[in-house]
Amino acid sequence: MDTFVFLTTILLPALFDGLIVTLELIATAAPFGLLAGIGVAVGRTYGSRWISLPLRGYVAFIKGCPLLLLLFILYFGLPSIGIRLSPFLASVIGFIFCNSAYNSEYIRGALLSVKEGQMIAAQALGMSRWQSIRYIILPQALRRAIPGMTNEFIYLIKYSSLAFMITAVELTGAGKLVATKYFLFNETFVVIAIVYLFLVTVTTVAANMLEKKFAVPT
Amino acid sequence: MGADKYILRVEDIHKAYGDREVLKGVSFNVRKGETKVFIGPSGTGKSTLLRCINQLTLPDQGRVFLNDEEVTNSGTRINYFRQKIGMVFQNFYLFDHLTAVRNVEVALLKVKKMDAAAAREKALEELRRVGMEDWADHYPAELSGGQAQRVSIARALAMDPDVILFDEPTSALDPELTREVLEVMKNLARQGMTMLVVTHEMGFALSVANEVLFMEHGKVVERGTPAQLLNDPAFTRTKNFIGKFRDYNEE
Amino acid sequence: MDIIIILLDWIPYLFLGLLQTLGLVLASLAVGLIFGLPMALGQIYGNRLIKSVISVYVWFFRGLPVIVLLFLFFFGIFPSLNMSSVPPFVVAVVVLGLRGAAYQSQIFRGAIQSISEGQMTAARSLGMTRFQAIRHVILPQALRIALPGWSNEYPTVLTDTAICYAIGVQELLTRATYMVAQTYITMPIYLAIAGVYILLNYAGMKALNMLEKKTSIPGFGQGAL
Repeated sequence: MDTFVFLTTILLPALFDGLIVTLELIATAAPFGLLAGIGVAVGRTYGSRWISLPLRGYVAFIKGCPLLLLLFILYFGLPSIGIRLSPFLASVIGFIFCNSAYNSEYIRGALLSVKEGQMIAAQALGMSRWQSIRYIILPQALRRAIPGMTNEFIYLIKYSSLAFMITAVELTGAGKLVATKYFLFNETFVVIAIVYLFLVTVTTVAANMLEKKFAVPT
Repeated sequence: MGADKYILRVEDIHKAYGDREVLKGVSFNVRKGETKVFIGPSGTGKSTLLRCINQLTLPDQGRVFLNDEEVTNSGTRINYFRQKIGMVFQNFYLFDHLTAVRNVEVALLKVKKMDAAAAREKALEELRRVGMEDWADHYPAELSGGQAQRVSIARALAMDPDVILFDEPTSALDPELTREVLEVMKNLARQGMTMLVVTHEMGFALSVANEVLFMEHGKVVERGTPAQLLNDPAFTRTKNFIGKFRDYNEE
Repeated sequence: MDIIIILLDWIPYLFLGLLQTLGLVLASLAVGLIFGLPMALGQIYGNRLIKSVISVYVWFFRGLPVIVLLFLFFFGIFPSLNMSSVPPFVVAVVVLGLRGAAYQSQIFRGAIQSISEGQMTAARSLGMTRFQAIRHVILPQALRIALPGWSNEYPTVLTDTAICYAIGVQELLTRATYMVAQTYITMPIYLAIAGVYILLNYAGMKALNMLEKKTSIPGFGQGAL
């Protein structure tokens, strides 16, 4: 088949459908990954031992366990105890676990780097401990954690490709299926690579702008 | 020639950074065993001049000769000349990952290809010369500024250089530590080492130098023996400068 | 109890997978080091052409998912070069290694650039060539500074090896999956395998921390990077 015809009539439409799934995966997982990451970080930093210790275990497990294995556990493992998830949902949950664990590390580091005086000053104004964290400490910490978190977001873009391993046909999966059917691997994966490089590069540029925008004069 | 033979000749060195002319033609000759001291306000190109001599900075114009061999435009042979022209820096620049003795011996091993035992012996000997042999196994971070500078002098001495360039060797030190470094330098001068020194230590300049060169705006504007500079009425600018320094130091 | 007996039977099979996983990790880190370090030097000391070629390389390998690189090399590039018979393990080492080189080069680059200009100046003033100065003065310092960052490559590469399942490398996860399919035991196997990965992660980091302690120099590199 003519490469041009293959590209325009078969590959690109398939990849477009896949790309939509990829973007949906990312867009669903990222906000929860951020929120859960904040929760885990605050719990680990300010919570009692009964909160911080299990959270520490959670982060150690997620960081130590390959994401693909985590996806297998969620998709192939959970049905054995009666929980059935769609490939999409299993992927999103896996990505949220992964994203939140890594984000929490950056946020925790940032929380610890906020000077002690900030908390004292906030409490001196009559804020409760929770209010001090919410309105004084966290806004500072989150800004400092932006570089790490945008990095994690870029990882999320790339690791979203693993959803295909549990049959969620996203960008990589859509391409793989077409490539196998027509036996045109080089052409297909070059196009897929271009799409990922585009996504990652645009995100990197946007992340740099975000970092500049939120930079606090020091 | 003969007894008048110059060990180092510096001819008409020019250097500009963009529009800013740092050196506007500096020339002088050095005999073996002489100590020449360069003084003058900051930013008049004294340090750049030293760096042009061993080509760490490439001059735009002018030539340098060591024992009648051209140092400028010498290509890769510059590495040979740099062994013969030692340098001591304001901030010591000791190799941070090496102990004092290994700082001194690393170039003996890698550049001069001496065998390990001979290099170690030589390194310890040079450390002894600057009073640092007891600190041989300490890392730079464990040394005071004065001690670090003495080690860096030992490092330069170990190469058996024909001349050593001192680039403000005490400017980063407090007075107490300055004294111990100046003491080492005075001893070297007495032992006949050929030295070019950029410094703000007027006491050292006047007591040790064979010749003091006063630089301003990239030029040597006055030069003479310490006695001339102090007594000859012609040397107004130098005297003015030294006077200001004295007032400043006494404050 | 039956489950435990079944699992015990499979231990030798899984152990071979463990060896493949470890082999992948070590080989990939080594390839990454062998290419990454010269790339860092090229990016700092090289001419414009070298610098831009390396930048593009880094951009490419850091911008793509592991699985895309694996598919590209395994189904595309290797067969195109008439090397279809190259085993998946080797393809995986090539991909993880070349990708690791991109990441490692940036770690080394940061470390080299963090060393003050004076170290090079002092080395050159003693008559060292540029190469000697890099070899004997810059690199011994840069490698120590890079070590903590480099250590973080280990868990990344370790967890990435699991993705080599996608091209059929017989590593731990591939074998675990096969075992699941044969025994119909899922959760216990997956959780046990997760435990093995976490253990490997922990042991490797401990070893690297020891290496950091062993190579540390009083007062040097603390807080850098």
